[in-house]
Amino acid sequence: MEALFFNVDSGFLEGIVRGYKAGLLTQNQYNNLTQCETIEDFRTQLSATDYGNFLSNEPPPISTSTIADKATQILVDQFNYLRSNAVEPLATFLDYITYAYMIDNVILLITGTLHERDTHELIERCHPLGVFDSMPALCVASNVEELYHTVLVETPLANFFRDSLSAAELDDLNIEIIRNTLYKAYFEDFHAFCQSIGGPTFDLMSRILAFEADRRSINITINSFGTELSKEQRARLFPTIGKLYPEGNNLLARADDVEQVKAACEGVADYRVFFDSSSSGPGGGSSRAPPNGSTAHLLGDLDDAIGVGAELEDRFFLHEVHLNKQVFLQQFQYAVFYSYLKLKEQEIRSLTWIAECIAQDARDRIHDFIPIF
Amino acid sequence: MSGQQRENIFPTRMALTNTKLRLKGAQTGHSLLAKKRDALTTRFRAILRKVDEAKRKMGRVMQLASFSLAEVTYATGDISYLVQEQAKSASFKVKAKQENVSGVVLPAFEVDRVAGSDFNLTGLGRGGQQVLRSKEVYAKAVETLVELASLQTAFMILDEVIRATNRRVNAIEHVVIPRLENTIKYIMSELDEMDREEFFRLKKVQGKKKRDAEAADKLLKAKADAAAAVPEELEDINFEGGGGGGDLLSSKDEDVIF
Repeated sequence: MEALFFNVDSGFLEGIVRGYKAGLLTQNQYNNLTQCETIEDFRTQLSATDYGNFLSNEPPPISTSTIADKATQILVDQFNYLRSNAVEPLATFLDYITYAYMIDNVILLITGTLHERDTHELIERCHPLGVFDSMPALCVASNVEELYHTVLVETPLANFFRDSLSAAELDDLNIEIIRNTLYKAYFEDFHAFCQSIGGPTFDLMSRILAFEADRRSINITINSFGTELSKEQRARLFPTIGKLYPEGNNLLARADDVEQVKAACEGVADYRVFFDSSSSGPGGGSSRAPPNGSTAHLLGDLDDAIGVGAELEDRFFLHEVHLNKQVFLQQFQYAVFYSYLKLKEQEIRSLTWIAECIAQDARDRIHDFIPIF
Repeated sequence: MSGQQRENIFPTRMALTNTKLRLKGAQTGHSLLAKKRDALTTRFRAILRKVDEAKRKMGRVMQLASFSLAEVTYATGDISYLVQEQAKSASFKVKAKQENVSGVVLPAFEVDRVAGSDFNLTGLGRGGQQVLRSKEVYAKAVETLVELASLQTAFMILDEVIRATNRRVNAIEHVVIPRLENTIKYIMSELDEMDREEFFRLKKVQGKKKRDAEAADKLLKAKADAAAAVPEELEDINFEGGGGGGDLLSSKDEDVIF
């Protein structure tokens, strides 16, 4: 039924976003980019794509961070265009997408406030997608208590804060724990919102969000080995959506090493392959090559778990791209907006990676990005 | 000519002994310093080689480190601010100790790592492994840097010391020792000269004495001759005067006081 009236409100924007999607770089273009000898060549190659002359006003030498910033700016412009043309419920959906970035920005401001820094300069460092009108108001807060109340009143994140944190907790908890608590609340809330939209949007989004949530749970588990994060605290950071919930999450909460994480993920077929070190990952993409000889030699005493974790991270990225690509196979749903944003982000990451490899002359690793099409 | 200078001292036997002692001291000092210089140079070469190695290694490690940072950026985005704010205590400290190489004190820097857990929750949601890895790689890089710094400092100090030692060795070899030798030569020659003079003077004195003695002899002889001639004269007088000489009592002899 929703397909019948979908185009009345959102058909135009879906068309736009599918057009944007066609502008994503193809494998062929990536191949050209990896052949570049210098950043200057890289820029010339990019100017033939949808990026156009986005770097033309930059004085040489161009740093890789400039490339990332400019590319992100393009993404933000596109997103803002979509957002300003959207009507309900797509508008709320797009807002929800920005909340993730807002969380990061607010966390950044909290960090600044906790250490009594001038938070005004931090505004520039915030992710442009997560900027909201009342953000400068947050900078006025001089202590954590004030900041907490300002966040509650001024930001759309109030829900997440109210339910999961108190003002006192902001002070003594590690900032990363706060961030992940907020993310947990965000995922659950976003999931509930998608459920309220229903239809194919929910079908697709629940798949993506479940993966995102599981990815977070697994990452938190692996990254918390050997840190002061207790198992109870860890368990509280796991989102309650996702395929691993609840048994997998329980197993993860008790895990002490990578093997146990692997066992926890056995129950989900999709995730089993992530830990299978002999397979090259789903989608037939290039999994990250093991560290080369000199690296292994220099870092001989590094824990093996780090290698496993780094590889895992790449497979997660690969799977995320795979899921997001599938979204485009269905019509009349909002998940395409989310997916496009994620794919574009991945593309920017890949571009930055290639640029970094060119700049640092690390030719052997240049193919370790994740191509989309 | 500076090498031909000598010390301004009075040429005496005492000074000769002193100077000879000093020459001996200078020669001992020279051989000691030369030994020191050789030891330092050996050390210097070793350090030079190590510096070269460390520099090459640092190039590689630094490249690796900045690449691992790129990996972090790829996985998590910009974490610089979080890391800056959450770093509370130094987990990487440098301690200086001293090492003695043939009398030269070389500072050596040592790495002292405290297993800090300041920001090990960074990237908890994602990319934590990359952050950890990057941290390790950078720690390694800084370690190499410290090593290099220690070598480089030792290199500079040794260079300075070797120069100074070389200067001293050369100064002793080419200035002090020749000067002392010249002084000794000078004293010897002066002493010889004095000896000769003395000898000559002795001879001269002897000659003079001889001459004087001869003269005295001659005089004596002449006197003796004269004494022999006087009685004849007296007889002559007696013969001629007759009266005066015969009457000793009538004429008052001055020599006779009674």
